[in-house]
Amino acid sequence: MAAPRRRDPWIPHLVLCLGVVVFAFPIYFALIGSTHDAASIATGRMSLLPGPHGAETYWQALTSGMGSRVTGTPVRTLLVNSLIMALTVAVGKIAISIVSAYAVAFFSFPGRMFFFWMIFVTLMLPVEVRIIPTYKVVTDLGMINTFAGLTIPLIASATATLLFRQVFLTIPDELVEAAKIDGAGAMRFFWSVVLPLSRTNIAALFVILFIYGWNQYLWPLLITTDRSMETIVIGIVKMIGTSDAQTDWNLIMATAVLAMIPPVAVVVFMQHWFVKGLVEAEK
Amino acid sequence: MRRRVIFSNTLLPYVLLAPQLLVTLVFFYWPALQAIYQSVLLQDPFGLRTRFVWFENFQLLFADPLYLGSARVTAVFSVAVASLSMGIALLFAVMADRKIRGARIYRTLLMWPYAVAPAVAASLWLFIFHPDIGFLGRLLNQAGLAWDYKLNGTQALLLVILAASWKQVSYNFLFFLAGLQAIPRSVIEAASMDAGPGRTFRSIVFPLLSPTTFFLLVVNLVYAFFDTFGVIHATTGGGPAKATETLIYKVYVDGVMNLDLGGSSAQSVILMAIVIALTAVQFRFIERKVHY
Repeated sequence: MAAPRRRDPWIPHLVLCLGVVVFAFPIYFALIGSTHDAASIATGRMSLLPGPHGAETYWQALTSGMGSRVTGTPVRTLLVNSLIMALTVAVGKIAISIVSAYAVAFFSFPGRMFFFWMIFVTLMLPVEVRIIPTYKVVTDLGMINTFAGLTIPLIASATATLLFRQVFLTIPDELVEAAKIDGAGAMRFFWSVVLPLSRTNIAALFVILFIYGWNQYLWPLLITTDRSMETIVIGIVKMIGTSDAQTDWNLIMATAVLAMIPPVAVVVFMQHWFVKGLVEAEK
Repeated sequence: MRRRVIFSNTLLPYVLLAPQLLVTLVFFYWPALQAIYQSVLLQDPFGLRTRFVWFENFQLLFADPLYLGSARVTAVFSVAVASLSMGIALLFAVMADRKIRGARIYRTLLMWPYAVAPAVAASLWLFIFHPDIGFLGRLLNQAGLAWDYKLNGTQALLLVILAASWKQVSYNFLFFLAGLQAIPRSVIEAASMDAGPGRTFRSIVFPLLSPTTFFLLVVNLVYAFFDTFGVIHATTGGGPAKATETLIYKVYVDGVMNLDLGGSSAQSVILMAIVIALTAVQFRFIERKVHY
C-alpha cells in the first residue's frame, strides 16, 4: 500500500462534482418551480431563486390537486395509491418467490425442474410485450380499477425466485439434518431457519422491488380508468396533458417532487441493501 | 443442483409453488399464447369476423414503412441511450474508484436518480427544455437555435434520449464501480509501473471490465426498448410525425388506441423474440465467462 497522499488529485473531484451538479440540476429546477406561482412561470422569466409560494403550492397539490387549468385527483390520494401498489408488489413478489424457491430447493417431487423452468422463462416476458392480451385477461376477470388488477399480474418474479434458490443452496445439509433430528418439519424449518437466514436478502430485494412497483407506468396507465385509482406517476403525466405554457407548472413540479421523495428516500436510507440487492438481483 | 438432504412431503411443495405458478399461468403464459394466436389472425374493423391469415400480419408489418421507421427510431434511441449512459457512468466510476476523500458521498449523490420514475424524469427535463417556459429551452431560442421539440423531430428525439439516459447513468455507475472494485489492486499497481493511467485503463482495466460492460449493454438495451415507454408518453407522445415512436410505443398506439389486435399482437411477438434473444445471449455469455 502506498502511504496516504497529502493531497487528492483534483481531476476526479472536478469530474464528480460536475456530475453531481448535472444530476441534481433538474431536481433544483423542480424545487424552484414549485415555489413560484403558475403565472410567473408562464411568462418564462422564472427567477432561479426560490419564490414565496412554496407552502401554498404543496398544500394545494396535496389537498385538491387542482389549479386554474389543471384538474386532477388530490396528490394525497395518488400517493396512497402508489404506496399500496409499491408495497403490495414488493411484499407479494418476495412472498410468492421465497416459498416457490423453498419448494424447488428443499423437496424432491415429480415435475420439480419443469416448474422451475416454467418460472424461469417468465424472465423473458416483461409486461410490456404482452400488454394487450394481459389487459384483456384482467378485464375478463373484472379487475380493472382494482388494486388486485394493478398488482397481481406483476407479482410473479423469476429474478426473486432465482435469487432465493441461490441463497438456499448455501444452507448446509447438516443444518437440515440437525433440524430433522430435532423433529422439525418442513414448515418449522422454513420459519425458524430459512426465513431468518434470508433476512438481508429480503431487505435488499425489498428496496429494488419497492422502486419497481412505485415507478410502474404502462400497466397502471391501462388498468386505471378511474382517476381516483391512478398512481402518482400517471397523475403527473395526466396533469402535463398538452404541455403548453398555460399549464400549472408549479403544481406539476410540486407533484413531481412529492413523487420522488418516497423512492429516493428508500434508496438513500437503505443504501447498503440497495446496492447489495441491485448487484445480486441481476446475477 | 440437488441437495443430499431433503424433506419428504409429497403435497407441500406443490402447495408452495401454487401461487407463483397460478400468477404465471394466468398473467404470463396465457397472454403470451394469446399474443401469438392473435398475431396470425385478421379481424375486421368491427370485430365481427376473424380469419386465419398465417403470417400475413408479419408480412404487412415488414412492408409497412411506419413500422420500419419505428424500428429505426428504436435502434437510434437505444444505441444512443446505452452508449451515452454507459459512457458517462464509466467515467464517473473510474473517478470514484480512486482513493479520494468523500468517495462514499459522491456515490450517494450519484445513485439516487435510479429511484426516479422514467416518466417523472421526463417531466423534469420537459420543464427545463420547454420552448416557452423552460430555462434552457428559452435560452436556446434566444440564441437563435429555434428550439421546439414539439415541431422538430430530431430535437424531440434528443430530449427523450437525454431524459432516458439521465435516469440510467446511476444504475450503470453502481455496476461499473462494483466491477472496478473487483479488479485486484495488485494488477493495476503492476500495470501502472510500466504504463501511464490512459494505457493502463485501455489495456488492463477495460478488458477486465468486459463482463460488466457486456452485461450492462444488454440491460441497457432492454431498458431502452421497454422501460422508456413512460419517458416518451410523458413528453412527445411519439411525435412529432412519429419521430420518437419506438416499437413498444407503437404496440401501445396500435393495440390500445387504434384497436388493431392482429397487427399489435404480431408486434408483441416480435418484441418477445427480441427479449428472448437478448436474454439467451446474456446467459450464454455469462456461462462462458469470455473475459479472459
